[in-house]
Amino acid sequence: MIIDTNKDEKIWLALNEVQDPEIPVLSLVDLGMISKVDSSNAHSVKVYMTPTFTGCPAINIMKTMIVLKLLEHGFENAVVIIDTENIWSTDKISELAKEKLKKFGIAAPNKKSCLVEMSDLKDVPCPHCGSNYTTLRSPFGSTLCRAMHYCNNCNQSFEQFKPI
Amino acid sequence: MKNLILKMADDALIIGHRNSEWTGIGPLLEEDIAFSSMSQDKIGHAWALYRILNEELGGEDPDKAAFNRSVKDFTCCHLVEYPIGEFDFSLVRHFLMDKAEFHRYDLLLQSSFLPLVNLAKKVKGEIKYHVMHADTWMQQLANGNEESKARIQSALNLVYPIAFSLFEKQDDEQAVIEQKVFVGEDVLKSIWVDDIANRIKEFGLTIPSSIDSSAHLGGRKGYHTDHLEPLLKEMTEVFAIDPNAEW
Repeated sequence: MIIDTNKDEKIWLALNEVQDPEIPVLSLVDLGMISKVDSSNAHSVKVYMTPTFTGCPAINIMKTMIVLKLLEHGFENAVVIIDTENIWSTDKISELAKEKLKKFGIAAPNKKSCLVEMSDLKDVPCPHCGSNYTTLRSPFGSTLCRAMHYCNNCNQSFEQFKPI
Repeated sequence: MKNLILKMADDALIIGHRNSEWTGIGPLLEEDIAFSSMSQDKIGHAWALYRILNEELGGEDPDKAAFNRSVKDFTCCHLVEYPIGEFDFSLVRHFLMDKAEFHRYDLLLQSSFLPLVNLAKKVKGEIKYHVMHADTWMQQLANGNEESKARIQSALNLVYPIAFSLFEKQDDEQAVIEQKVFVGEDVLKSIWVDDIANRIKEFGLTIPSSIDSSAHLGGRKGYHTDHLEPLLKEMTEVFAIDPNAEW
């Protein structure tokens, strides 16, 4: 098997242009959702995607977006495979992406995954004013990956990408 | 092993559909959203389980498994079939069921069947939020006022015996245990009974003393309550009109 690094680089650059349909400031690469790319076959590209939540309704849309984006960059016959071995967690979100999230008005996931306790959802810094004087309203929000909080300092509701 | 995965999928699908009935009518906006989100998670879990059956064990296409089977072919337990009732009923069912789901997936981390291990790793993080949600509300309502406490206690008296339907054994259980796919319903049940007893005590509530759960068995063999058929009829309405419809 010959690995063409140039080809791989081009694929990753293209994938970096595929935005998350629910958080349009982040790409699927920023979110750590692309676990691997297999370009060993000259005529096709395999992209392995690991979904954030099992029931994420955007999975099929994202698969189509990836195929179309790769086609736009000259890669025909791209296939997206749901990767069930590499488990996604909020630890896969890059630090840069967490900054982008904050600017978009969504608080970043705080703690490491799998250690999540109710207390980890308390005192989440407000993305608007930075205050820690906040209250968890609900561990569920407008999409599966978000929790709802309220900032007692600037009196605004905000959402958080909840740690998982 | 197929039976184990199918019943888990059927439980998740039916409770997911059932609890989605709270969408738009939750007692608070946050609860409307919470029940809707948890339903979406559950349907996602069902989808993943039907996919394992389809991709690894020669089962049918996930959509067909969900929408194109008769009532008799479903192996969900009676607990998930009952209508949503009032909020106290749905909350107590959610509390009892998600504790069981949490421990089931925890035990499946040790399974000899890798696709179940991978799914368990994924799902456990999600169910943690379901458990947190249930615990918070149980705590609040059990310690609210006299009426809220009485309502939660009476819902518990009603739902607790039905919850044992979750642990009804299937004919091939011995093989599943021997192949180390799953440790078995009895192990899960005893972990669950202890955990529930501790939590209920913390909430200041009481576990009903004499329990006859035998009336609630049969779901795993296709004998269901009268509530399942109308649910399936509604859920499969679009599929029944046009099996090839895309939506």
